[in-house]
Amino acid sequence: MSETMTGAEMIIRALQDQGVEHIFGYPGGAVLPIYDAIFQQDKVKHILVRHEQGAVHAAEGYARSTGKVGCVLVTSGPGATNAVTGLTDALLDSIPVIVFTGQVPTYLIGSDAFQECDTVGITRHCTKHNYLVKRIEDLPRVLHEAFYVAANGRPGPVVIDVPKDVQFAKGKYSRPTNAEHKTYHPKVDGDLAQIERAVDLMMKAKRPIFYTGGGVINAGPAASAALRELVRMTGFPITSTLMGLGAYPASDPQWLGMLGMHGTYEANNAMHDCDLMIAIGSRFDDRITGRLDAFSPGSKKIHIDIDPSSINKNVMVDLGIIGDCAHVLEDMVRLWRSGAHKADEKALAAWWKQIDQWRARKSLAFRPSKETIKPQHAVQRLYELTKNRDTYITTEVGQHQMWAAQHYHFEEPNRWMTSGGLGTMGYGLPAAIGVQLAHPKALVVDIAGEASILMNIQEMSTAVQHRLPVKIFILNNEYMGMVRQWQELLHGGRYSHSYSESLPDFVKLAEAYGAVGMRCSDPAELDAAIIKMIETPAPVIFDCVVDKAENCFPMIPSGKAHNEMILADMDDDIGSVIDSKGKMLV
Amino acid sequence: MNSPVSPPSPYSSAIGKSNVETHTLSVLVDNEPGVLARVVGLFSGRGYNIESLTVAEVAHGEHLSRITIVTSGTPEAIEQIGHQLDRLVPVHTVTDLTLAGRAIERELALVKVRGKGENRVEALRLADAFRAKVIDATTESFVLELTGATRKIDDFVELMRGIGLVEVARTGIAAIRRGPEPT
Ligand SMILES: Cc1ncc(C[n+]2csc(CCOP(=O)(O)OP(=O)(O)O)c2C)c(N)n1
Ligand SMILES: [Mg+2]
Repeated sequence: MSETMTGAEMIIRALQDQGVEHIFGYPGGAVLPIYDAIFQQDKVKHILVRHEQGAVHAAEGYARSTGKVGCVLVTSGPGATNAVTGLTDALLDSIPVIVFTGQVPTYLIGSDAFQECDTVGITRHCTKHNYLVKRIEDLPRVLHEAFYVAANGRPGPVVIDVPKDVQFAKGKYSRPTNAEHKTYHPKVDGDLAQIERAVDLMMKAKRPIFYTGGGVINAGPAASAALRELVRMTGFPITSTLMGLGAYPASDPQWLGMLGMHGTYEANNAMHDCDLMIAIGSRFDDRITGRLDAFSPGSKKIHIDIDPSSINKNVMVDLGIIGDCAHVLEDMVRLWRSGAHKADEKALAAWWKQIDQWRARKSLAFRPSKETIKPQHAVQRLYELTKNRDTYITTEVGQHQMWAAQHYHFEEPNRWMTSGGLGTMGYGLPAAIGVQLAHPKALVVDIAGEASILMNIQEMSTAVQHRLPVKIFILNNEYMGMVRQWQELLHGGRYSHSYSESLPDFVKLAEAYGAVGMRCSDPAELDAAIIKMIETPAPVIFDCVVDKAENCFPMIPSGKAHNEMILADMDDDIGSVIDSKGKMLV
Repeated sequence: MNSPVSPPSPYSSAIGKSNVETHTLSVLVDNEPGVLARVVGLFSGRGYNIESLTVAEVAHGEHLSRITIVTSGTPEAIEQIGHQLDRLVPVHTVTDLTLAGRAIERELALVKVRGKGENRVEALRLADAFRAKVIDATTESFVLELTGATRKIDDFVELMRGIGLVEVARTGIAAIRRGPEPT
């Protein structure tokens, strides 16, 4: 039975029918009918943000911590353009979000009307797909299709641009159906013959390694469960990208830590020297591979991904398996168990011996201090004091993000929200708000930098208004530390505009928002302060004053190979490590 | 440990520009607004080449259009282009006609020549040899219509240059697979 209703009502009804409980948004002229429809119901709760970018990051945090589609509502023109950074962030990290944008009425499109912009044109390159709905008859189909497209295959952001006259128009609403999409049918089951070949290669491998990424998280808890089983059964070492942290428990002895530019010595060397690489839901991004023509030169490579365009994009592989990680991993587990599959134990023992030697290098070590708080130490203490709680971590972008990835250890998927692909400063606070909304009882901490946090600091109001007790843990080094580090490495220590001038007093700032402000600069007082932060039932800004000059190591300098890392204890002459070619890279 | 390895790397071909090939891709799309912009934007955004592109609706009732693209790149890059196209939501199928082999490719050109005397006679003689039709004539000009493979049209235009070529309009390639099977 189809009901007659307005376009605006259809949008809200579709949200309800799709099981959406929360939508992040900001009103304006071109979405007033939708706001009116929101007002007249109470199933879908609207979270008013303070900037549309914040709305999209909040929806990303919501999506990443729940596995659901995050939803956003913004007005036309500036509302839509403010959402662009969030959309691009979600595209690069493959996060399912739907952004509804208001548009000027159809008869004004193209006339440079007030707050008109070509939203589908602008967002075509930063969405998985987008729609401009000019006819009310198309709206129900588009609404449901958008959820399908955002969540299936490789997930991503979808924009639905709805002109105001379409919001007012009446039409027949139809409920979601199971009808097949006309064109979009991602392949979820891997080819069994290829999976058998993969298992065969794994059996023969002498120096194997699993290299997993955000795709495993996106494939849901079943993928992480199957991964754990497979890794344990095979006895192979495993490393993961920044995006993949938590899919495999960091406390497990087979875990080598994160790989890549700021990955561990053991993970990167094992990637370089392995004879079989099993890449799962990872995409051979430049932060991971380092110098491409010296990337793991002696290995056979298996790549499992739901997106066929990921395979052979940056690195040619020997065996590509297209499918959902969860399905393929479950097949692998089944095959490994059923056949007389056994790893080459003797070779594996030698491989682990080599790995243990790399591990003994203790590449994440740092010089402790009694006078100043070392940022790594701060993250370690935060980890120790929160690990037994129901904790979610988000981050901003910079050194603090890398220290968080290195020193905060994740046992479960969906606990770690960071802007990996786009590297968006200002991501962490709104993302934390989204996470907290989805998990009201949990402890949600944004590990932040003093520069990044100012990029979306206005969302403090959102946290206070909606009583979302997020904790902002600022590693305040008074520098755009990652920029400063690169200037030290590449530009002769000329710290051009990377000093965080004229910082606000973060304690007073918190108080100005009606939140709680704290400051700590003494290592001896750190634990007590962190405990106090955790126990505060309100949003907190914690200004953790840390060592200003600390650099983030280990590091693969740009243009170098995995086995050419710089470690913290060899940083005397880091200015000369990167050659002119490397300087060209970002 | 610091010896950068430079093996006969399996992916060096993806980086080098050595073995550039030209391929014809046939892309069947849902004829919805913006679909051409999506395809063209993909090429510009990812730095791929478009040598020729044609688009027209091919099944009105089903809202299907066929986009035929001639592109060039290494075999790896062209494989990547195919996957990137395939992942656009309104795309039904992508066929690399060059890989599939046995494809027919045709282009239509309108060629305007201007001249008097012997050049006029020569233009008609050549048109005849290439099986081009005269579709407009004045005392000092012809417009010739010619269909054929890209090479044939290139050759014809080249010959006309010497005898008063004014301008050319070309459609770009339409291509289809030979035999009973669909493209
Ligand atoms: C929106 C945006 N602008 C610029 C950058 C470039 N950038 C990367 S890290 C960084 C410095 C971040 O400083 P801070 O937040 O204090 O973190 P720290 O590195 O000091 O831990 C900058 C400017 C970025 N990633 N995002
Ligand atoms: Mg800083």
